Amino acid sequence: MGNRSLVTIADLTKEKILYLLDMAKEFEKNPNRKILDDKVVATLFFEPSTRTRLSFETAVNRLGGRVIGFANPANTSTSKGESLKDTIKMVSNYADLIIMRHFLEGAALYASEVTNVPIINAGDGTHQHPSQTMLDLYSIQKTQGTLDNLNIYLVGDLKYGRTVHSLIMAMRFFHPTFHFIAPDELKMPDIYKEYCVKNNIKYVEHSDFNEDTIANADILYMTRVQRERFTDLVEYERVKNVYILHESMLGKTRPNMKILHPLPRINEISDDVDNNEKAYYFQQAQNGLYAREAIICDVLGFTLDQIKQ
Amino acid sequence: MDTKNKLLVAAIENGSVIDHIPSDKLFTVVSLLGLEKMNLKITIGFNLTSKKLGKKGIIKIADKFFTDNEINKISLVAPHAVLNIIRDYEVVEKRDLSLPDTLIGIVKCNNPKCITNNEPMKTVFHVVDKEKGVLQCHYCEKEQTKEEAVIL
Repeated sequence: MGNRSLVTIADLTKEKILYLLDMAKEFEKNPNRKILDDKVVATLFFEPSTRTRLSFETAVNRLGGRVIGFANPANTSTSKGESLKDTIKMVSNYADLIIMRHFLEGAALYASEVTNVPIINAGDGTHQHPSQTMLDLYSIQKTQGTLDNLNIYLVGDLKYGRTVHSLIMAMRFFHPTFHFIAPDELKMPDIYKEYCVKNNIKYVEHSDFNEDTIANADILYMTRVQRERFTDLVEYERVKNVYILHESMLGKTRPNMKILHPLPRINEISDDVDNNEKAYYFQQAQNGLYAREAIICDVLGFTLDQIKQ
Repeated sequence: MDTKNKLLVAAIENGSVIDHIPSDKLFTVVSLLGLEKMNLKITIGFNLTSKKLGKKGIIKIADKFFTDNEINKISLVAPHAVLNIIRDYEVVEKRDLSLPDTLIGIVKCNNPKCITNNEPMKTVFHVVDKEKGVLQCHYCEKEQTKEEAVIL
């Protein structure tokens, strides 16, 4: 079992990543293609996530498929104590594809082991969220014209932020230079720095965040610094306003530079940035639709050629 | 060997001998294998002289052959122990107990948010560094050392 599921970005080869990005590009040209006419897709959200669920369900609808599932496990048998395995086995009788989000780490991999129906991991705890990574890659490629040899600056919570960890893994094929900008408490964990060394990825660490530190960025990837991540609230109060991007800091940045953010944002990107042409986070979210249409078609076995027809 | 230095233990006809157990791990191995609940003839040697370890422990059990699962548990706490299998008073097999590549259903994942701690399922760990004894959970991918590992 295990089949064509997408559980972690680490499973994808360079060729596969580029292939999925080509497919996403095709869906950007025309997102409405009746490819899933006779398919039923289950979206099982054991942990609520409106943004991700709407994006996936829109993708299925634009592909002509039908959606079943739940947005909140409170009303399901999970709340009565049914095991994940039993829920997955039951839903496998009805659906051609299962898209699932779960609060526990490793849940999607386990689900893919107990069923023949392909699984798309829409987030498992703080572990993996591969469709987010695909839309990040798509946004980077689209705005920079390439994935190769870019300076990527990651800012904010680099300790718990799964999106930045997955991005590092996915970028290992493309010779990036990463810059890690984070407060001490939320520094990039050693395990990912070791990963960089092992995979010949260059990285530089900074603790200050200003006009000069970001001057050479091609991509500025902002993340949220969450209060609940701090053991020391004095420390939180000290750093919470340090890692905020203001328009005044963009003066020295490169003309091709784009600002990404996985959203939702709270205050780490000031509103005055929104109208700057370098702000890209809302388009980035839109790219999620194309990336997810590509992932859905691929796990169901549809090829790029079939989609083009 | 000088008879005075010889250990006065009867040879076993059929069974298993686990030799070269580090002394400080001997009773861990005993309880892991649940020997105190067994109704078999068992000889346990503690703080015996060993050229390799200084002090060692040894366990002889008549009419008992360990399963792979039990052997993997021993390898986790006493990685350089040697298992001798005895049939008809002869050592028919001698095995160095090194960590296997995969441990199934033996170690608990120390990540409380791991699926394995919340579902009725077996844990799976990949041994990513046999020398240092680093184990990685197959599901949540968190790593732990074998010293930190809680054995199920």
